[in-house]
Amino acid sequence: MIRMIRDDFSLDEELKLLKKPSVGGIVTFIGTVRAESEGERVDRMEIELYPEMAEKQLEAIREEAIKRFCAEDIRIVHRYGDLRVGDNIVLVAVSANHRAEAFDACRYVIDELKKRVPIWKKEYTSSGAHWVEVGRTE
Amino acid sequence: MRYFASIREWTGLKEEELDLPDGITAETLKDTVQARHRKLDLQEGGILVAINGGFVEPTRVIKQGDEVAFFPPVSGG
Repeated sequence: MIRMIRDDFSLDEELKLLKKPSVGGIVTFIGTVRAESEGERVDRMEIELYPEMAEKQLEAIREEAIKRFCAEDIRIVHRYGDLRVGDNIVLVAVSANHRAEAFDACRYVIDELKKRVPIWKKEYTSSGAHWVEVGRTE
Repeated sequence: MRYFASIREWTGLKEEELDLPDGITAETLKDTVQARHRKLDLQEGGILVAINGGFVEPTRVIKQGDEVAFFPPVSGG
C-alpha cells in the first residue's frame, strides 16, 4: 500500500495492517526532519511531490522489492506540505517470513525512493530557504 | 508541461501549454523550455524530464497528449 499524505501517520495502525500469522518479522524505517543541515539550523521543511508519478514509481519499487526479497507486504507512506523539526517524513514498513528478507527489502525501498521518486525537500534554515540537493539527503 | 520544485519557482509556472513541432524529442523540448525561461540555472544539478509519469531517454519523441514534466534531481525520503 502506497500513501502520500499531508498529516502524520500512525505507526501502530500501519503495523497492525501488516501483522498476519505467516509473518515472522516486520522492519520499519522512519525518516524524520533533522534540526541541522550543513551546519545550519533548520526551522522547518516543505515537501513537494509530483503525486501521479510518485505513486507510479513507488508502486514499481514496492513490487520489485516484494519479488526480489520475497517480502510478504510493504507499506510506504510519504508526507508532503509543511513539516517541523522532529516530524515524520517517510515510513517504509516491510513484513516477511524471516528478518533477513524484511531488512533487505526495507533498505532497497528507501534507497530506491531517494533515487527515483519525484519528491523534493525545501529547508528553511538560519541562512534562508533552499532546495535540498542530491547527495545531501542520506 | 508541468514544472516542479526549483523549476516551478524559476519559471514562475506550475504548468504551461506549448505548440510543438512534430517529432520533437525530450532533449530538444528541454532546450526549448530553457530558452523560454532564461532564469533556468543548469548549475543546480540539471533538469530531469519525465513523460506520462516515467523517466525517458533524451531521444524519446513527444507525442500528442503526452504529459511532460520538468523537475530537478529528486530529494525525497
